[in-house]
Amino acid sequence: MAQAFVGRRYRRRVLVNRLMLVLTVLATVISLVPLVLIIFYVAQQGIGSLSIDFLTHTFRPISFGTTSTGGGVLHAIVGTVIIVGFSLLLAAPIGIMAGIYLAEYPGNTASTAIRFCVDVLSAMPSIVVGVTAYVLIVQRVKSFSGFAGSVALIVLMVPIITRTTEEILRLVPQTSREAAIALGAPKWRTTLTIVLPMALSGIATGVLLAFARAAGETAPLLVTVLGNNNLTYDLFGPMQALPLLAYRYTEQPYKVLNQQAWGAAFLLVVIVLGINILVRIFTRTRSPR
Amino acid sequence: MRTEIQTVSLRSRLGRQLQHGDLIFRIVALLFAVLVVVLLGAIIAVTWHGSADARHAFGWRFLTTSVWNPVNGQFGALPAIYGTIVSSIIALLFAAPLGVMIAIFLNALCPAKLRMPIGMMVELLAAIPSVVYGMWGVFVFIPFFRSYISTPISKTVGSALPLFSGPVNVGRGLLVAGIILAIMILPTIAAISRDVLAVVPNSQREAMLALGATRWEVIRHADLPYARAGIVGGMMLGLGRALGETMAATMVIGNTPKIHASLFQPATTAASLIASQLPNANTELHSSALIFLALVLFLITLVANSIARALVWRVSRTGSGA
Repeated sequence: MAQAFVGRRYRRRVLVNRLMLVLTVLATVISLVPLVLIIFYVAQQGIGSLSIDFLTHTFRPISFGTTSTGGGVLHAIVGTVIIVGFSLLLAAPIGIMAGIYLAEYPGNTASTAIRFCVDVLSAMPSIVVGVTAYVLIVQRVKSFSGFAGSVALIVLMVPIITRTTEEILRLVPQTSREAAIALGAPKWRTTLTIVLPMALSGIATGVLLAFARAAGETAPLLVTVLGNNNLTYDLFGPMQALPLLAYRYTEQPYKVLNQQAWGAAFLLVVIVLGINILVRIFTRTRSPR
Repeated sequence: MRTEIQTVSLRSRLGRQLQHGDLIFRIVALLFAVLVVVLLGAIIAVTWHGSADARHAFGWRFLTTSVWNPVNGQFGALPAIYGTIVSSIIALLFAAPLGVMIAIFLNALCPAKLRMPIGMMVELLAAIPSVVYGMWGVFVFIPFFRSYISTPISKTVGSALPLFSGPVNVGRGLLVAGIILAIMILPTIAAISRDVLAVVPNSQREAMLALGATRWEVIRHADLPYARAGIVGGMMLGLGRALGETMAATMVIGNTPKIHASLFQPATTAASLIASQLPNANTELHSSALIFLALVLFLITLVANSIARALVWRVSRTGSGA
């Protein structure tokens, strides 16, 4: 009697065990399907629309029925490089210095408050940052501009750079600092000549990840940079950017432009995933959350 | 006497620090770090100040009325808030179980050789720009969803249940947006669950195994309870991400500021309403209302993220989930 009961229970437990383990495998497979589908689709559509013209020409007017305009996305590539490059120039020093402060002077009230602000900033919806840049710059100057977009991107990049810098500096062995101090070096010298060089590759990682994140951001650019069909190097006027172009061309009824949107999306994915994969292979760090 | 000694020693310490440049370095670093605080303060001040018109005109009614008509100057944010919360909850319903299952798989079952590539692939999902998800939604997922899922369901179940009623039209709507958002927040939930499951001490598992537990029972009764707070925190972080996500939602939700009972009908979220209307806002009140909406959105995500951080922090610091 008792034995049969135990046997039945045991069989049930083994069955539940099998079922749940199979379910976890299934869940993983289900989750990987969209990733594979998206990357496959972007690559298939994107490679098809890549050409020399695509990379070296700007927008050309089109009409229904044309299959190729000879137009391209050069203006968007230039815009992305200028906008993101400019924000990187400002965000990198702010983020790195803030990270140094948090790592080298931990445990006081200021660093606790600053760390909290970094956390809040990094979780801030990008559209809210865009709205702020819109109110501060676009509404004041009464003109959409690449500069306003850069300002928004700075806010999105700084927390990423600060956090990676702080985490990497924490990994530098305390003994290296002590050795420098024992030789009579003041703290600032220790930090700049001993600690920073040891952490340089890690800091570069943070800057690269921030670049990748900012290059793919669309929402803040939508309300600040607006978009532009012409090639322009003027940071203080409306510009075009790759993610913005991908969005605008997706909403167009012309098949040709939809195809170019896929080309732009492909370039973006190559840049962003390329940076992420390289960073992971070389440093084995993960982007901060 | 005593204070004199103290000031002297203080002065000499200050002097030494100044002489070595340490104080200067510290102050310079602090200034940059304070800039981060200034950025956050500026965002709050600017959205607060910029939304003054709308706050004075509508007050709390802004959050509870549902007419959004820029032409008449009527602005009620309820449809946007409803869309934001419902699409995020749908996303969480899909992504939370899947994310936790992936974390369990990677932690307890996955062959060592596959662990790195699969973990990396899941995390790469988080790096893909949201506009690409939106495009995939528009060109691939919506046509598929409309022909094979929403149209058949609305014709059968939908006639009885208003939640799934038609007409499906172009296929853009709350449910599609929720599913796309689910794909986007899945990596966040999976990665954090994986991290907190990894800190469960082996002794807990060994104790269960010694009692003759099966592998699932070890996971169910040792791993999951121990890591519960952290897993919930990961889900809240994912929720925070879904609440603030703009592009993917804008492209697939249909951008119609109305509340429908049906999940197949077009709707809007706070973020997508701002993104689609702010560049074209003609009146002061219109842009002010959108800025107010941005402030509300910020506060909602702040609450979700604060809870999340507190939960994850508790697990990773003390190692004891409640």
